[in-house]
Amino acid sequence: MTMTRRNLLEAVGMAAGSAAMYHAMATLGHAQDSTYTGRVVLEGEPNGRRVLILGAGLAGLTAALELRSAGYEVQVLEYREKAGGRCWTLRGGDTYTDLAGVSQKVAFEEGGYLNPGPWRIPYNHHAVLDYCKRLGVKLEPFIQKNHNAYLHRSEAFDGKPQRFRHIATDYRGHIAELLAKATDQGKLDAEVTESDRVKLLESLRSYGILNDQNAYVSSDATSEYRGYEREAGGGRDGAPTPSSPLDMTELLQSDLWTWLSDPESVHHQSAIFQPVGGMDMIAQAFAREVGDVITYNAKVISMLQDDSGVTVRYEDAQQGGDPIEVTADWCVCTIPFSILGQIEHNLSSDKTYAIDTMYYEGSVKFGLEFNRRFWEEDEHIFGGISYTDLPIALISYPSYDYLSAGKGVLLGGYVWGADAYQFNAMQPDEAVKWAVEYGSRLHPQYADEFAGGVCVSWHKVPWVLGCYGIWQDKDRDYTAAVTMEEGDRIVLAGEQLSYLPAWQEGAILSALDAIQQLHEHATNR
Amino acid sequence: MTTIAKTLVASAAAICLGLSAQAQSSAADPDETQTSDFRTFEPTGAEWERFRSSGEITQEGGEAVYNAVCAGCHMPMGQGAVGAGAYPALADNALLADPSYPIYLILNGQKAMPPFGGLLDDQQIADVVNYIRSSFGNDFIAEYGEATAEDIEESRP
Repeated sequence: MTMTRRNLLEAVGMAAGSAAMYHAMATLGHAQDSTYTGRVVLEGEPNGRRVLILGAGLAGLTAALELRSAGYEVQVLEYREKAGGRCWTLRGGDTYTDLAGVSQKVAFEEGGYLNPGPWRIPYNHHAVLDYCKRLGVKLEPFIQKNHNAYLHRSEAFDGKPQRFRHIATDYRGHIAELLAKATDQGKLDAEVTESDRVKLLESLRSYGILNDQNAYVSSDATSEYRGYEREAGGGRDGAPTPSSPLDMTELLQSDLWTWLSDPESVHHQSAIFQPVGGMDMIAQAFAREVGDVITYNAKVISMLQDDSGVTVRYEDAQQGGDPIEVTADWCVCTIPFSILGQIEHNLSSDKTYAIDTMYYEGSVKFGLEFNRRFWEEDEHIFGGISYTDLPIALISYPSYDYLSAGKGVLLGGYVWGADAYQFNAMQPDEAVKWAVEYGSRLHPQYADEFAGGVCVSWHKVPWVLGCYGIWQDKDRDYTAAVTMEEGDRIVLAGEQLSYLPAWQEGAILSALDAIQQLHEHATNR
Repeated sequence: MTTIAKTLVASAAAICLGLSAQAQSSAADPDETQTSDFRTFEPTGAEWERFRSSGEITQEGGEAVYNAVCAGCHMPMGQGAVGAGAYPALADNALLADPSYPIYLILNGQKAMPPFGGLLDDQQIADVVNYIRSSFGNDFIAEYGEATAEDIEESRP
């Protein structure tokens, strides 16, 4: 029997375990696009088994799960009343109280939800996907790129939203035509060889749907991509009518092309997923595993290390009262730097500097519920994202429960920068009012169908005071922050200590590296 | 959209949103051309200043800038807020006596607080610095002087 590559991999896998199989796969050219190399292995007897984990977000939950399974005795302190941190979902019946003390009672119908934080899991975030698999979290496709959603700018096309497929197809067609003309006229002869020139022209006709004269024109061929003016049907009146491409100058001047590459980045391209029922299904799954070791409503007020271990003091997050002191041999601190910078600690000056110079970006999301799914019923938009230059930035339609009767919840805005500051400074009901107004300029149905909404501004989220951490000088300060030095009893983790900031993958990869460092220290003593 | 139709839509939205009648009262429109854009409510005078240019803070004057940006975290009366961490109160805050301290913080950020030097211009920062130094129980202008746009320009990193 000939040894195929698959046979070889199976043989390696059986003989040496999955880690060896992974490395063999990497050598053979598979599985090479992530630093996640499969389940962490912590072997050897640690000197001192008790570990305190501060924070029950995905970093802390990962640390708790893996350290306990390696034989450590773990305790997690969490400020909130539940696990997940920024891995969070708001559903009907939930109440969210922000830092200003303003409570919003979410009144969504059963099934509708808002993920105020992370909402997507790209195919290449292998660690998140692996934990979903191990913990039984069901995933479904998240529609990132929807050709029938809109691109919209107030000053373009008289403020009328344009279908993504029109802008994408026409932009591609027009630039292909320009390039084909230039090629045909010999203007690129200095750049391409004669044989490449032939292939380039051929490819441009294919890429841009150009005709035999290298022109991008109204035709059945181009309408197969941008859509027909009158759609194809059946029976006596079924013949379609081709549509006409947008004028090139108007298209270029519209700036609507600025969003065309959005769905193409590695963190947004297909396939991309979401947990069925809301992002916090991941948090709930972790909590089923390690919920018994989490102390909730625990507000950490100090974290001190010495030669023999770590002493942490916390108080009841709601009631205050006398601090409770706990000690451990080791500590994994996943508290966001926005909070950690305000907590008494004796970390090294390098780490303290990194903590104290990191600011937290603001971001705002809206969950808006409507009496019916007009975007599906009237506009045939099933999931996906419409982009706009209005302060709401985008509208994302639910990638679940398509065609269902009853109400529907969409993401009515996902805002950064100056506009996020302005929304942050409003009361939630006022911010929702603006989100409804701006959304109505893409979908006039908003005015009649709006049922209720919720606004989460991350600068006002009490347990993180921001969306994610921004380094002042990452190249300079990163190594000191992520490294557990000789004599350290505390190791830091979280999305901010990764090169995938604001992504759950970054939080988990950071935690896995942190516990491996901790374990090395614990077993070297 | 006709005025009548807009009023109807605005009323419907007010019911949907549970807005108070006060929030719906329409002040004079400073810019008539914007009127046609609004579909679901009639902006009040202060609301006209919101989002006049998406991606920018266009408000002018210390109070307007404070309410558009700073009030989100430091709260409308400068009282600050406390969660797992805290936003410091600006009310009755002696650290604001000398303008150089708030100027430095606003330009460069401080711990979790983002820098605003790229978002606000010199005059906006000078105005908001003077506003917080003369509001919320603070009264530091007479003794320590006003911050000027030139001060901000010189302090930029």
